[in-house]
Amino acid sequence: MQEAQGIVGEVISTYNDAGSRVLTKTDCEIPMSESSPIETDVAIVGAGPIGLFAVFELGLLDLKAHLVDILDRPGGQCTELYPEKPIYDIPGIPMVTGQGLVERLMEQIKPFGATFHLGEMANGLVKLDDGRWKLSTDAGTEIVAPAVVIAAGGGSFVPKRPPIHGIEAYEGISVHYAVRKMETFRGKNVLIAGGGDSALDWTLNLAPIAKSLTLVHHRDGFRAAQHSVNAMRELVDQGKIKFHVANVKALHGEDGQLSAVTLAGHDKQEWRHETDALLPFFGLTIKLGPIANFGINLHENLIAVDTARFESEIPGLFAIGDINTYPGKLKLILSGFHEAALMAQAAFHICRPHEKLRFQYTTSSSSLQKKLGVT
Amino acid sequence: MKIIATDRQGKTTEIEGRDGWTIMEMLRDAGLPITAECGGACACATCHVYIEGGWYGKLPPPSQGETDMLDMALAVQANSRLSCQLTCSEELDGIEVTLAPE
Repeated sequence: MQEAQGIVGEVISTYNDAGSRVLTKTDCEIPMSESSPIETDVAIVGAGPIGLFAVFELGLLDLKAHLVDILDRPGGQCTELYPEKPIYDIPGIPMVTGQGLVERLMEQIKPFGATFHLGEMANGLVKLDDGRWKLSTDAGTEIVAPAVVIAAGGGSFVPKRPPIHGIEAYEGISVHYAVRKMETFRGKNVLIAGGGDSALDWTLNLAPIAKSLTLVHHRDGFRAAQHSVNAMRELVDQGKIKFHVANVKALHGEDGQLSAVTLAGHDKQEWRHETDALLPFFGLTIKLGPIANFGINLHENLIAVDTARFESEIPGLFAIGDINTYPGKLKLILSGFHEAALMAQAAFHICRPHEKLRFQYTTSSSSLQKKLGVT
Repeated sequence: MKIIATDRQGKTTEIEGRDGWTIMEMLRDAGLPITAECGGACACATCHVYIEGGWYGKLPPPSQGETDMLDMALAVQANSRLSCQLTCSEELDGIEVTLAPE
């Protein structure tokens, strides 16, 4: 699992915690200009496997798509949660890893030239006077389209917040879930919590510039890359940093500025540790996020859709994949693929109201094959 | 078998466990607020529980994968386990679990 720091850190991780190379922003098309609204056929929220396959189904019908995803690479849960784990129930593919499936989907949709807005959170959706939608992101991107597809899975990946009383008041001031500028920590007493690659990478990167650096983890073992662990232990042996088997129990400070934390070891022994900054790195979790404010009626955080069009109760607003619900719904990737195909047929009639939809097979249609670039 | 489950507010309920199913599935199906966002793939650490009442030592030890994944859990203690990695069986009749904070 790649953690939040990879999204915005000065050191961009191009591997996940399992040690494999992952797709990053540079692998995808980056929009030219974000100053004025982008006009397209379909705006897709979520670049997981279902959002990606939606590009394919829309593309066969000559519909262009823009995708928005909070992660800095496509793939959603497949790349974030289980990149190395095998998937056995994709029709026709006896076994593929999460990462492998995303790579194949990226190859499959390449002919359609979808635009990715990665590392951006879709945070606003309004209906325009002309009947189209305007989807906006926290990075200021605005996409205007006749149809919007929510393919957001369980919502947005956000950093896990440790269950420490009052931590919200320190966030962004002295508690950080990502390192935006290393200089922020120069000459500071820094406390890092966690045992994955992000915790170890930032321990190694910040150690030379921090006044002092302490790493805490719940055990004397790490799921991070072995060379990082070795390098960290060397710094501990040289007395350059400290490592404790401990959890952060309480924060002390004023107006968001930390002065100390209470640490607790496994034997429940507690002690006070002075620090200027705390960086918790426990990976990402999924929260529904701003979709809750899109004006759609949610049923236990899911969007109810019909099973002919996979459209919500609001015309032109579709939901496919894990985020939707209907009688008999199964949260399977293969179900999401089917939903994408039917959604695309319905979206065509919204985007091209005066055109006749010609249903064709990729096997036999020379025009589809031309779109796919195979003839 | 029975699972004695305590939620984050301290409310305890007795849940019937099905042989061969995981404790995570039982907690989820009983409506307890357990996220389990990866669906049981030992890939997210959001089904984290504390094993209480002396039951920790009676469980099969965690796999390396589970131990590694617990590094991504919050507020890990010596009695922490991922409930998707614990299979219901008669030997575990009466096991006590408490949902970890999230």
